[in-house]
Amino acid sequence: MSGHKKPEADRRFARFGTVSFTATSKVNDFIDYLEDGQVCGTKCRTCGAVFFPPRAQCFKCRDQAAIEWFQVSGSGKLATFSELKYAPTGFGGDLPYAIAVLDMGEYKLFGRIGYVPLDEVRVGMELVPQAHQLPDGQIIYVFNRP
Amino acid sequence: MSKVAIIGVGQSSFVRGYPGSIRELAFEAYTEAMNDAELSNEQIGATIVCSAPEYDKQRSPAGVIAEYCGLNPQPTFYTESLCCSSTTGLRLAHAMVSGGMHESVMVLGFQKMSEITSAESQERMGRGADIQWESPFGTMMPAYYAMFAQGYLSQYGASEEDLALIRVKAATYGQLNERAVYRKPVELAQCLSADPVASPLKVFDCCANADGSSCIIVAGEDKVKQWGIKQPVWIKGIGSASAPVNLALRESFSSFAAATEAGRQAYAMAGIGPRDIDVAEVHDCFTIAEMLAYEDLGFAPRGGGPELIRAKQTYKDGSIPVNVDGGLLSKGHPIGATGGSQIRTIVLQLRGKAGDIQVKNPEFGLVHNMGGVGIYGNVVILGS
Repeated sequence: MSGHKKPEADRRFARFGTVSFTATSKVNDFIDYLEDGQVCGTKCRTCGAVFFPPRAQCFKCRDQAAIEWFQVSGSGKLATFSELKYAPTGFGGDLPYAIAVLDMGEYKLFGRIGYVPLDEVRVGMELVPQAHQLPDGQIIYVFNRP
Repeated sequence: MSKVAIIGVGQSSFVRGYPGSIRELAFEAYTEAMNDAELSNEQIGATIVCSAPEYDKQRSPAGVIAEYCGLNPQPTFYTESLCCSSTTGLRLAHAMVSGGMHESVMVLGFQKMSEITSAESQERMGRGADIQWESPFGTMMPAYYAMFAQGYLSQYGASEEDLALIRVKAATYGQLNERAVYRKPVELAQCLSADPVASPLKVFDCCANADGSSCIIVAGEDKVKQWGIKQPVWIKGIGSASAPVNLALRESFSSFAAATEAGRQAYAMAGIGPRDIDVAEVHDCFTIAEMLAYEDLGFAPRGGGPELIRAKQTYKDGSIPVNVDGGLLSKGHPIGATGGSQIRTIVLQLRGKAGDIQVKNPEFGLVHNMGGVGIYGNVVILGS
């Protein structure tokens, strides 16, 4: 043992989405939960704040924060969406697709519409967030009909 | 806080593919503003250079541009807040002058978007949002604004035609603006039948990329008197706010909280209200952005924006003329130069020197300049 070996970087977040722009994050466990079929947010036990997107730090409690994971459950209402006809570099193969915001009440999720025909998508419709494996090993969550 | 005036304004033509380097582009606006203020370089206390750096090959452009304009050894600073970088620069300049740090400050905004390819540009622009939690879903600027358009149309029962009317207005005036990148008329039917970009936005709902520069020179009251500035235009109110980047953390998809808050601050500082504004420049990077601005700034009640444009109240002879220089939709949107260009238009209006687009005897003008998808908001109220 040399004792000087650089610790291996935890790059799990590089698997998030069609193209990830972040490899390492304090919330890399999000990817493992997705792998298990769970979309998770975080909560600060100290002040009760609920975070989506999840975060490992609480700006109210700072070093007094006690962060824990919770599973997003139930359905939300579609707050807004847009169907793209052009895609940024790296996403052309996904066209056509729609990005959207789902309002769960206590928090919202930014994501993508799943298996709902795009001409049936309406603001206010009920959808559920679900983990979704992509063929190339990447992983994401999408909004589907309950 | 001591009074601060705008004493010189300049702008390059906004073009596709500027045939020169960024320092040469910036020099064009610098020259016009210096000639306008009739100053020499020794009278400039500091420069604030404004752009969005992801378009530049040059690292730290402030130094290169200050050198090229002969503004050494004065300090030069660099500021960035995406599409409202140069009104953020103006806010910093206002603070420096009113606080007594410098007697005069130059705000020099520029963007040479053609430094990189269109595909690169689209990808970089998208990264002006949340790259960890949004970009992996395949986002881009038109789609983000389209989500506000969808939210707005759904909430108020407005139509895509209402948005198109805003583009028709922009093109009406863009034809008159020799420095605009898009100078052709646009018909309503043409807007409505154009190719979709991101539903419900179509090609004519979106502004074009452009290369351009703008320059604003500010000074305190003492210098305005000492230098015999003939037509100073005073900063009456200046407001600034921010909002969460990630749309999951927004309360509304039919308004921009940062614009509303910046407007509230600016009106309070100026001691006036929306009805007192005689002419406005608002950030119309997309038609929906102008519609939201009508309401965020109080020109119309919530949901009342469509009625304002249908009745042509935001045309030159209407109750509140908006973007009668063609707006970003016609002028083009060279990120770092945009806010300064809006300021220049209002300064010319308040001086009575706006030519074909001059509104009648304006007393107060307003500039609304946003960065990203409502992340940063600056509102400036000017008075003669």
